[in-house]
Amino acid sequence: MKSTLFKIIGGLLLLAIGVFLGRTLLSSSGESTVPMPSTMQYRNIGHSGDTTQVAQRKEFTGQIIEVKKGGSIQEAVKAANPGDLIRVFPGTYSENVYIDKDDISLQGVVIKGEWPTLNGNHKINDAFLYSGNGILIENFKIINYKGNGIMGQAGNNFIIRNNWIIDTGVYGIFPQFGKNGLIEHNVLSKIADAAIYVGMCDNIDVLHNEVFDSVAGIEIENSRHCLVENNYVHNNTGGLLAFITPGLPIKTAFNIIFRNNFVVNNNHPNFGAPGSTVASIPPGTGILIMAADDVIIENNIITGNKNTGITIVDLATGDPKANDPNSEGNPDRVVILDNIMFDNGNDPTGEIKAIMLTQLDSKGPDIFAYGGGTGSTIRDKNRYRTFGLDGYGPAQIEDTKDIKTFMLNAPVPPRSVTDQELGEITYYGVCAGCHAFGTTLIGVDTQIIKEIYVDNPQGIVNYITKPLNLRDDYPEMPPQDYLSEEAKMAVAKYILQMTN
Amino acid sequence: MENKSTILKLSFVGLLSAGLLLFFFASNKSEPYTDLAVLNCHCPPGFKLNEDNKCIAKNLYQQYDSPNNLGVGGLQTGLPEGRDGFTPQEIDLGRYLFFDPVLSIDGSMSCATCHEPHKGFSDGLPTSIGKDNLKLDRAAPTLWNVGYLNRLFWDGRANSLEEQMETTLFSEVEMANTPENLLNTLNNIDNYRRLFAEAYPERGKNKDIELAEIYKALAAFQTSLVSLNSKYDQYAHGYHEALNEKEIEGLNVFRSFVARCAECHTPPLFTNQQFAVIGTPEPDGLPLDPGAEIPFADKSMRGAFKVPTLRNIDLTAPYMHSGKFETLREAVEFYTKGRGHAVPKDEKLYIHWHIWEPQLTDYELDRLVDFLKTLNDESFMPKIPEALPSGLKITNQQTLIP
Repeated sequence: MKSTLFKIIGGLLLLAIGVFLGRTLLSSSGESTVPMPSTMQYRNIGHSGDTTQVAQRKEFTGQIIEVKKGGSIQEAVKAANPGDLIRVFPGTYSENVYIDKDDISLQGVVIKGEWPTLNGNHKINDAFLYSGNGILIENFKIINYKGNGIMGQAGNNFIIRNNWIIDTGVYGIFPQFGKNGLIEHNVLSKIADAAIYVGMCDNIDVLHNEVFDSVAGIEIENSRHCLVENNYVHNNTGGLLAFITPGLPIKTAFNIIFRNNFVVNNNHPNFGAPGSTVASIPPGTGILIMAADDVIIENNIITGNKNTGITIVDLATGDPKANDPNSEGNPDRVVILDNIMFDNGNDPTGEIKAIMLTQLDSKGPDIFAYGGGTGSTIRDKNRYRTFGLDGYGPAQIEDTKDIKTFMLNAPVPPRSVTDQELGEITYYGVCAGCHAFGTTLIGVDTQIIKEIYVDNPQGIVNYITKPLNLRDDYPEMPPQDYLSEEAKMAVAKYILQMTN
Repeated sequence: MENKSTILKLSFVGLLSAGLLLFFFASNKSEPYTDLAVLNCHCPPGFKLNEDNKCIAKNLYQQYDSPNNLGVGGLQTGLPEGRDGFTPQEIDLGRYLFFDPVLSIDGSMSCATCHEPHKGFSDGLPTSIGKDNLKLDRAAPTLWNVGYLNRLFWDGRANSLEEQMETTLFSEVEMANTPENLLNTLNNIDNYRRLFAEAYPERGKNKDIELAEIYKALAAFQTSLVSLNSKYDQYAHGYHEALNEKEIEGLNVFRSFVARCAECHTPPLFTNQQFAVIGTPEPDGLPLDPGAEIPFADKSMRGAFKVPTLRNIDLTAPYMHSGKFETLREAVEFYTKGRGHAVPKDEKLYIHWHIWEPQLTDYELDRLVDFLKTLNDESFMPKIPEALPSGLKITNQQTLIP
């Protein structure tokens, strides 16, 4: 009897403890269960496809800065240091967030379907504008901007992921001058130019995005080594584009793979701004290659595009108005592998319609090639309705399965300068405006400075940060506090070892 | 006492003999003798002297890479390849030549006449004034950072500084000299013979000055005109307090894809060195300038001009190739007034795709101007010579007003 009672009491006690522990330990608020963003992963080259071993990945070492409804993301960016993670909770943020720092991650936190939303109200230019390296932006809803959803100007090693972007003006996601970037799992619509525009970049993967109701779906322009894979691209004016636009400072586009994409029903009326390059894309264009070289089109499902499935043109045909003697305008070595194509060209327009009528055909073809270009090939020409592919030989490759990614196997390193170099460029690039060694310009002779501060670089650092006018015969020195601590110390040490 | 008088006597004798020497050797020259320092053996700021006596460019942008090595990108992007490796003596000789009107046919114009240091190395005029007060067709471009440019002139018709100056020196409407006369003039000025021999010691003291030496020295000086230490640059290198809130707002308008300024005026030089047809109006009464259409013999480039740098832009009003806009505010406003709004009715120009209707507000235009003014930096201003080797006076007195 006693033991049974003990057992019952003991059981109840244990249960109570269990419930208590469970309540206190496990029922944490939704916020603390937000996972850290997964960072860029670098696998060893040469690994077979069946391993997921990661050779290198970025670890979060910095602070987590939280932004809640009513707060400002930009203020968080101002407070952040490289390595920090900024978490933004649901709410509407009408701001232009600019990030001129390296290694800042911005993570939206979606709670029960409520997104942190950047709303430009059709008045603010850009939602996110970054120039730093190592930027990560994920889980944001971005609507109603005038310029871009997310724009990068330079900035390597970026990740733009899981963003839901609607009507953000000219471009949705637009990295420019970047190297080694990942754009994945974003949903974009109602963009007046390209929803995803990779401009003058290298080594970019564009994966698993849905892009619709825009003028151009995904545009790879004057960029090299880009993989566009597993995207659902529908109801745009043109679906996937690989371009050379003339008149840009970086003049080539090559080594681009369009693979495993759905390119479906891209028949949206063109609402591009007058004068823009995409304004001349005819509705019903599935894939458009203009002047880009070494483009591989493989295993895409390309259907229901009313003008053509794939159009391949040179610059003279595609964009005759802007001439650039330094841009080579022919699409060379295009490779078309297996693709599923049907129901394309049902209602051709413009030049393609006219050209097809000369062939006594009222439909547009699956594949249309016009103008210059050499060395292009196709794996199974017979299965498609084609125009202008007479010069296309049989493809020399069957697939591209060995190419898993065009991203690099290590982050693009920042250009490293030694302390000696930093001291040297700071001395000659800044200090030399007023100081010279062995002679007096505007400020004191560097040789004299060197003698005063022997073995005391910190003394120089202190002085240049907050100069005191010690000499009546010299003008007051402006503070050099804008130089980084690193540069100030480097230049102090540099001065102390100068000999001429 | 005795010592002093000896010194006095000796120096008197010394002076006398020097005077006699001068009398015998210099009296047959017509120009007045001017005492000149020997050429500077230090590099100008922004350059480091190496063991081969060459000045090598040094600046904070050397911390950064640039995509495809083209020197265009964002805030922390390296510069494109520039020209350096001139000797300090060449650069200094170039400085004297640059300011010396003896280079023009009638001694009336120097390079500095149209490229005045204190007007951003431009001249403050809508279009420059040439020989005999002739009004020329285009504005004088700034020379700041010109050593990084791969095409010169508004229409890009020259590929090097040497090619550019050849045109200007010998153009009938500009400096109007001839190669023969220029050589003859300089070779008859002892000071120049001495300075050229100093700048080019390997070729022997008594050899005549050659055209290539003149070009090289002038190019050397121009490449020393470096402006990379503006408030903007401090911001770009990471000191975000360098710009105030309004200036940062302006920077963000500048680089946004609405205004699109940075698409062509790309940092760090604030030019992508391409050509663009933007369709700016000509001043009243002037016909449309065909621009790059002529040198490139290409109709699609009608009205195209090389994208100019914006560094020190605040100092070089009026703006555009023929100075139509008097202020920066007017210049930025042009871009929001509609694509092709100023193109003459009978002209069909291929306006650049970045020219559109960004609908910038007055507030944004004001902020753009705020930002553009942060690109000022004259910290490496060269010294204007106090006297010229030719003995001529520096022509433009405004040059002397800092």
